[in-house]
Amino acid sequence: MLRFILRRLGVSALILFLGSVFLFFITVFSGDPLEDLRESRDRTAEQQMEARIRNMNLNEPWYVRYWMWLTGVAKCVTLNCDLGTDSRGADINTALVNAAGSTLRLVTLATFLAIIIGVTMGILAAIRQYSGFDYAVTFAAFLFFSLPVFWVAVLLKEYGAIRFNNWIADPAISLTATIVIALLVGLTLASLLGGDMRRRLLTGAISAVVAFGAITYFDTVGWWRQPALGLPLIILVAAAAGVLLTYLTVGRGNRKILYAALTTVAAGAVGWFIFNGWIVTPTYPLLLLMLGISLVAAIVIGWFWGGWDRNIAIWVSIGTAVAFAGATALDQLLRNWGPFLERKPRPISTIGSGSPNFEGPFWTGVWDWGVQLILPTVVLTVISLASYSRYTRASMLETIRQDYVRTARSKGLSERVVISKHALRNALIPITTIVAFDFAGLIGGAVVTETVFGWKGMGALFQEGLTRVDPGPVMAFYLVTGTAAVLMNMMADIAYAFLDPRIRT
Amino acid sequence: MTDNDKPELPGSGREHLSPIPEQQDPGSLQHRQAAAMAGEEFSVEKAIDLTQKSYSQGELIRRRFFRHKGAMLSLGFLLFITLMAISSIGYGFIPGWWPKDYAAAATVVDGGRPSLGLFPPTWGDQPFGQENTGKDYFALTMRGTQRSLTIAFTVGIGTTILGTVIGAIAGYFRGWTEAILMRVTDLFIVIPLLVLAAVLGQIAGGGIWPLAIMLSLVSWTGLARLVRGEVLSLREREFVTAAEAIGTSPWRIIFKHILPNTMGTIIVSATLTIAAVILLESALSFLGFGVQPPDTSLGLLISTYQNSFTVRPWLFWWPGLIILGIALSVNFLGDGLRDAFDPRQSRSAD
Repeated sequence: MLRFILRRLGVSALILFLGSVFLFFITVFSGDPLEDLRESRDRTAEQQMEARIRNMNLNEPWYVRYWMWLTGVAKCVTLNCDLGTDSRGADINTALVNAAGSTLRLVTLATFLAIIIGVTMGILAAIRQYSGFDYAVTFAAFLFFSLPVFWVAVLLKEYGAIRFNNWIADPAISLTATIVIALLVGLTLASLLGGDMRRRLLTGAISAVVAFGAITYFDTVGWWRQPALGLPLIILVAAAAGVLLTYLTVGRGNRKILYAALTTVAAGAVGWFIFNGWIVTPTYPLLLLMLGISLVAAIVIGWFWGGWDRNIAIWVSIGTAVAFAGATALDQLLRNWGPFLERKPRPISTIGSGSPNFEGPFWTGVWDWGVQLILPTVVLTVISLASYSRYTRASMLETIRQDYVRTARSKGLSERVVISKHALRNALIPITTIVAFDFAGLIGGAVVTETVFGWKGMGALFQEGLTRVDPGPVMAFYLVTGTAAVLMNMMADIAYAFLDPRIRT
Repeated sequence: MTDNDKPELPGSGREHLSPIPEQQDPGSLQHRQAAAMAGEEFSVEKAIDLTQKSYSQGELIRRRFFRHKGAMLSLGFLLFITLMAISSIGYGFIPGWWPKDYAAAATVVDGGRPSLGLFPPTWGDQPFGQENTGKDYFALTMRGTQRSLTIAFTVGIGTTILGTVIGAIAGYFRGWTEAILMRVTDLFIVIPLLVLAAVLGQIAGGGIWPLAIMLSLVSWTGLARLVRGEVLSLREREFVTAAEAIGTSPWRIIFKHILPNTMGTIIVSATLTIAAVILLESALSFLGFGVQPPDTSLGLLISTYQNSFTVRPWLFWWPGLIILGIALSVNFLGDGLRDAFDPRQSRSAD
């Protein structure tokens, strides 16, 4: 295994090096960096030209300039990178640090969301092949494939930000909108469920009525500006997560695991009262500490309930504890939505990656940080969601048709075990390879998305650099995204080798 | 085991005594007698229903394709858009039926609002409205569509030729072609396609033909890998060995024996490339590295008018919807073709 990883590392480094030579070369020859000054009538044009030639070392041939860049990058080994200066003489290092932070958090978040949502949708579509849900997912995937990124981004900017900000000032949902939302919820659930027509229609109708009631209730109590979950709902969410996890891992029959999950929920409720002060006004270390405490408690609970299934019990308890923690954080976030709105009446800004000098309590700070991420993340997620759901569906259908799945069914195993233990695990193996390719595409998409939303990220760095025919910023962009893509790719390869021992060579 | 448990020999006339009653020989005297009594014509061969037509491979594919409703609708839409884009404002020196010029400014009528109406269906003077300086937006959009489609189809054809040839050579001869193909594919993992295309687009300098050539140079790898994979498995087959044995030249084997068998993959991939190129070109033009003014393309139109969304939303909707429509219909077309060539994945297998 170690040899495999090492060889992979060597190949990746070589590709990264060759790619850098190629990109440097074509960037240098993509135009004339002095073009605007040659046409300028400014009296200082001569001096500006001199300065630019000095900043970019234009008197040297391109391979000398590449060598200078490469030796600067080589200093990264001693944590002392020197990426040179751009055409205006500004230091690229500082520009890169800011840009890399904002872009990578955007792309990473979008990747994880797209994987989770896309894979789930693909699996559900494959299990319910040729159902209404399957057709809807297929159509949505085609639609998302064909959407121009920049067009969606501008649309979202208009409807998700400007119109939403207008709406949140005095939120009210009209009766027609409520009915449409309720019907959509009902239809989605009805197409997802198994069973005969009557049962599905009944479930769909009931859930539509529930959704209708919930929205009307939220509307009347002014939930949109003062939302909250409250302890009972937190407990309900965590308990539901526990039951779901139990069902997915061992089935409803195994009481011990179920009891472990429910005990975790009870312990969480007790902890909620004990740590209430910390939860309301936390800091990041305190939050981490509380998460650690809840994880330890979950492991202990799983250990004592577990018996023969100790491992599974511990994992289910941990899952439940994480769900509890997540619901608690969500509750706090929702409670602070009102105070956040008071500080920032138009919450979603259309431009920039954060409010410059925002001040407020911890949770409103989280809002300010997160609210900027929402729209770009949605755009990027939607774009790469499509390929994940299609590939997962195809791979899952392929696996379900295999002989060993039929054998598992004919042994009398329940559908749950067949799907989750036999089919799913093997169907997910090919998805890892797609992640690597998709990541590079996602960074490309991020360039466009950042332009629309005015993020000062890697995209802007690249775009400005290329417009000025300045290889410095372009290579800085490449250094980060190329390395990230290679790392992603390598992780996918290694994960593949772990999951499928046949390809380990 | 007594003799009674053994099946009687077929044709012995004693088959009815066999322990398994159905196990009888259809050619036996007894069976023949029974058939004669029922008045049937007897035949040892399985009856063939001669009323049903039998289809060749090509006919089967064509039938499956024409039965795919989504693909047919998309084909209709695509033809309609192409015809509109070419005929309305004309192409080159050929005049079109639309009287207004896409570059001529005019007075803004009714705030530039579109005069296209559905109830009752009206066409009006400016069906897609006018932009800020009064240019007719229908003519402008059609010009953009024409340019975008030209680039997409040129790149589609260029990519198909490049990808097929390189993929076939890499798969058949292996060696250094294959090494180059694989390294270039690796390159696309580290340099995102859009980024590479942006740099090359800047080199192209804004004209549509140089841009099309540059885009062809970056988008062939996917098809080349697919073709290489197919050729790798096809070259081990008996018909290739047979062709080699009678001394057929490698190029003849590639073009006459192997490539016809990969037609399905190539056609489907070419279609999907066209959809991807439409999106790539519009994204590049949006960023400013694709088609440059004074010429226009759908992406450039959106980029130019994105800030007038609140005042003149139609300037934003028309080009966007046309890009979406073209990309969606080409994707559906590709799906229909894939179903037709490879019915394993589809429901309507016949």
